[in-house]
Amino acid sequence: MSPDPTTAVTGTESNVIDEDGESRFREPERRRSPRREGDRVGPTAPRVEARAAAAPTDERVDEQHAVFDIRDLSVFYGEFRAVRNVNMVVRRHEITAFIGPSGCGKTTVLRCLNRMNDLVPSARVDGQILHHGVDLYDREVDAVEVRRRIGMVFQKPNPFPKSIYDNIAFGPRIAGKPKSEMDDIVERSLGQAALWDEVKDRLSDSAMGLSGGQQQRLCIARAVAVEPEVVLMDEPCSALDPVATSRIEDLMQQIKDEYTIVIVTHNMQQAARVSDRTAFFITEVSEAAEGQGGDQRTGLLVEYDNTEAIFSNPADERTENYITGRFG
Amino acid sequence: MSLLTHPADMAPLTHEAVAERLKGTKVDVPNAVYKWAMFGALAITLAILVLLIASFFGAGIEVLSNRGMGFLTVGNSSDPAEAGMWQAILGSALIAAFVAAIAFPLGIAAAVYLEEYSSENWMTRLISVNIRNLAGVPSIVYGLLGLSIFVKALGGVTGGRSIIAGGLTLAVLVLPIVIITSAEALRAVPDSIREAGFGVGAARWEVIRSHVLPYAAPGILTGTVLSLARALGEAAPLILVGASIGFFSSAEGTGLLDRIQGTFTAMPNLTYGWARQPGEDWQANTSAAILVMLVVIFSFNAVAILLRNRFDRKRDY
Repeated sequence: MSPDPTTAVTGTESNVIDEDGESRFREPERRRSPRREGDRVGPTAPRVEARAAAAPTDERVDEQHAVFDIRDLSVFYGEFRAVRNVNMVVRRHEITAFIGPSGCGKTTVLRCLNRMNDLVPSARVDGQILHHGVDLYDREVDAVEVRRRIGMVFQKPNPFPKSIYDNIAFGPRIAGKPKSEMDDIVERSLGQAALWDEVKDRLSDSAMGLSGGQQQRLCIARAVAVEPEVVLMDEPCSALDPVATSRIEDLMQQIKDEYTIVIVTHNMQQAARVSDRTAFFITEVSEAAEGQGGDQRTGLLVEYDNTEAIFSNPADERTENYITGRFG
Repeated sequence: MSLLTHPADMAPLTHEAVAERLKGTKVDVPNAVYKWAMFGALAITLAILVLLIASFFGAGIEVLSNRGMGFLTVGNSSDPAEAGMWQAILGSALIAAFVAAIAFPLGIAAAVYLEEYSSENWMTRLISVNIRNLAGVPSIVYGLLGLSIFVKALGGVTGGRSIIAGGLTLAVLVLPIVIITSAEALRAVPDSIREAGFGVGAARWEVIRSHVLPYAAPGILTGTVLSLARALGEAAPLILVGASIGFFSSAEGTGLLDRIQGTFTAMPNLTYGWARQPGEDWQANTSAAILVMLVVIFSFNAVAILLRNRFDRKRDY
């Protein structure tokens, strides 16, 4: 199912990978993998044509619609390879779900999509993530700008210990939005997160006083306040009860027209309910012959397709076993 | 009866039988021994403290009530009935100002670098361990450092044995403490707060300024105020950098600059000077000076607690 990246890249030159980019990202520990043969060193990010033209799927995805074109992505934490050789295209204005058992690397891949993994000192990325044709890990790319365009909602609701208003306003403020627009931004964002009616009379109260579900919707409002193109959600409902979960799921459907959403979930029903496309990851125990030695668990993308196809007619036996509850 | 018979099956499950079984043993000797041993340790500690305070409290209160504010507002004198703490209070206040102005910003900034910017490697670990070691270096060593650097080498700036040299020496003395407590406060900030900040596109300094430092502020404040109390209690390093423990005359009408460059003293040093004098009167004065010092240091601790509580409320609402 995974397309072969070597044949898939239509450009003859692949993107620049250089070790010198680290200082600009303020994360001194981040290391790029050694340059591969054929890589070109240059100051700018060369445009890489979207691979979709050569992808084995029937559908063609041009640069405009390929929000993430992940090519042969492997992520390492020190010597440990958390996930290997992921290839997939995330499409615009769709909800893409990552499912799979614990430790299969789905959160790791998600956190690479907005360079959040840069914050883990030992993390290292191999391969490419093209965001509308630009490699997010190129030396010219500023991780802070990436996160401004690609927002994130975390597993545990993590509002700032400040007022509801300040929680929303922080992002737009640092993005340079004038104070005069702030009230409107706060109202619009809370409205998008279906929270405005509940909190409009207590905007100056602490966000810590909200219920768990409200806090998570506040975090969604905070993420959309900076008008990102993409919202990444890392198991956003795992700390919530079914009612709050269902509100968040409705919310995702409502904001889908404006944002592209990638969601990691443990809950297969949730993936089936909300997503357009589903990627199924699995954990494999790699052979000692890999040279890593010992019992190494590495995440792997098994299958990626329309959600309907994944759940009704999976191509891979492992996917079928997982979704029918035979393991995992 | 099989070996696997459950104990509950062996006795009849009547009300009396169960009640008897659940009574347990009446006298628990190990528990009593344990409890009273711990209480004894606490009692001994408290007794020593009470003795200590009682030994100077009576005499000190008498002097303070006889002399009133005069004890605090007149300078030192060779006559015990005339001698007051004014220069010592002024000296301690100026030293506190130096410590606050130099050690706090430097220490907090250093802690922010260590915790938020530096990467985890052997170099950082070495530096951290050594800062901890510096916090344990005897204060007399800092006095010698102050003597050679701030009094001798930088004598032109500090005016030699002066309150500037004293303030700088104590600032250096508490610097490691400020760094350690600030770093601990920063480490206690949950990563989820940082991630939330980065997640909306904040740069590292924006995350630190807007979220990490406010969250860590109560801890940092507590640490810094306590380090100030520590600086105010130090006598040994000040003796080396020129704090007077004897009598000295300060001309009437001298300006502030003359005072910070001239002979100075601080509360612990004055107390030491008085304690060396023979006679009941001087001992009573010493007791009163100790009392004043304790009140000052207790107030600092109280301020630290108040600040922490205030910020804690603000943090959680």
